[in-house]
Amino acid sequence: MTAQQLLADNIDSLQLSPEQQLELFAAIEQGLPLVAQPYLAIAEEIGATEEQVISTIEHWQEQGMIRRFGLVIRHRKLGYVANAMVVWNVDDACVDDVAAILAQKKVITLCYRRPRVLPDWPYNLFCMIHGKDRAQVIKQLDDMCQHSELAGIDKKILFSNKAYKQRGGKYSQASASGN
Amino acid sequence: MMNDANFTLDNLSKQVINAYQKGFPLCNRPFLELANRFNSTEKRVLECFQDLQQMQVLSRLGPVFNHQKAGASTLAALAVPEEQIDEIAKLVNQFTQVNHNYAREHSYNLWFVATATNEDALQQCLAHIHRETGFKPLILPMEQAYHIDLGFNIEFTESTGVQ
Repeated sequence: MTAQQLLADNIDSLQLSPEQQLELFAAIEQGLPLVAQPYLAIAEEIGATEEQVISTIEHWQEQGMIRRFGLVIRHRKLGYVANAMVVWNVDDACVDDVAAILAQKKVITLCYRRPRVLPDWPYNLFCMIHGKDRAQVIKQLDDMCQHSELAGIDKKILFSNKAYKQRGGKYSQASASGN
Repeated sequence: MMNDANFTLDNLSKQVINAYQKGFPLCNRPFLELANRFNSTEKRVLECFQDLQQMQVLSRLGPVFNHQKAGASTLAALAVPEEQIDEIAKLVNQFTQVNHNYAREHSYNLWFVATATNEDALQQCLAHIHRETGFKPLILPMEQAYHIDLGFNIEFTESTGVQ
């Protein structure tokens, strides 16, 4: 389902025009203005009421289109400089079970299944570990692999050594640029 | 590896960071609500956010969208000769659809996330990146999300350099 379809579904209940909803989407993905009444500032920008802006954002949260709403932090600036993507080549029949084990671990922030692209890329399960240094991340991973079901799985750890870009998805800008 | 943590965060900043990576109040005076919770003032809380933004600790205050519901998105990687990686990363960064772009230690050494309004637009963007860079992207869309952390707890200790 695309953003536009989701937006179109809710025109009546939200009383914002489709254009206003797209404007609201574009405004909040840039980040709220840091003023005492940020929702009012956005409402004035798009010709809506503060209440409409707040209820539309609430609605998007309930629908799950917005996963979380709050401070988006640059972890590197806070000393979390070791960012490891761990990729696993898991038997297709076991992937859900292995993922369930990983997902429970406190140090794992994300866990996804992705397709293999053979012959270059045999890995089908991805997880992220953010840590303050490399040694800490490696130790956390080693400790985790003591678990009998993880011990024998072929895996690779890909540390990031440079962040060239780090920001939220810009769906509305991407559509405007037409690239 | 860059760690520019040569600044000092006060208690209010630390509390705000760990309490409001999700669930930021949707009400007419949200910063006042935080001020009441942390026994501070609206003005002080706003200054705290402005400082965090200035220090580039705060990327933004707002939504993290569910990529699958808000549009089309994929992780992709390029295998680039090490001496060209900065130059190729710059080309990739020029695409507005690219929102994360990292160098990683592997033969596939440049990893980025691209998002677009729909699948066609996403595929066009990837084809464009292929043409522009001369390297064929490894395209790894998400098939299943098992766990997505909703903003993790930051441990503020002396070893982080952030006190």
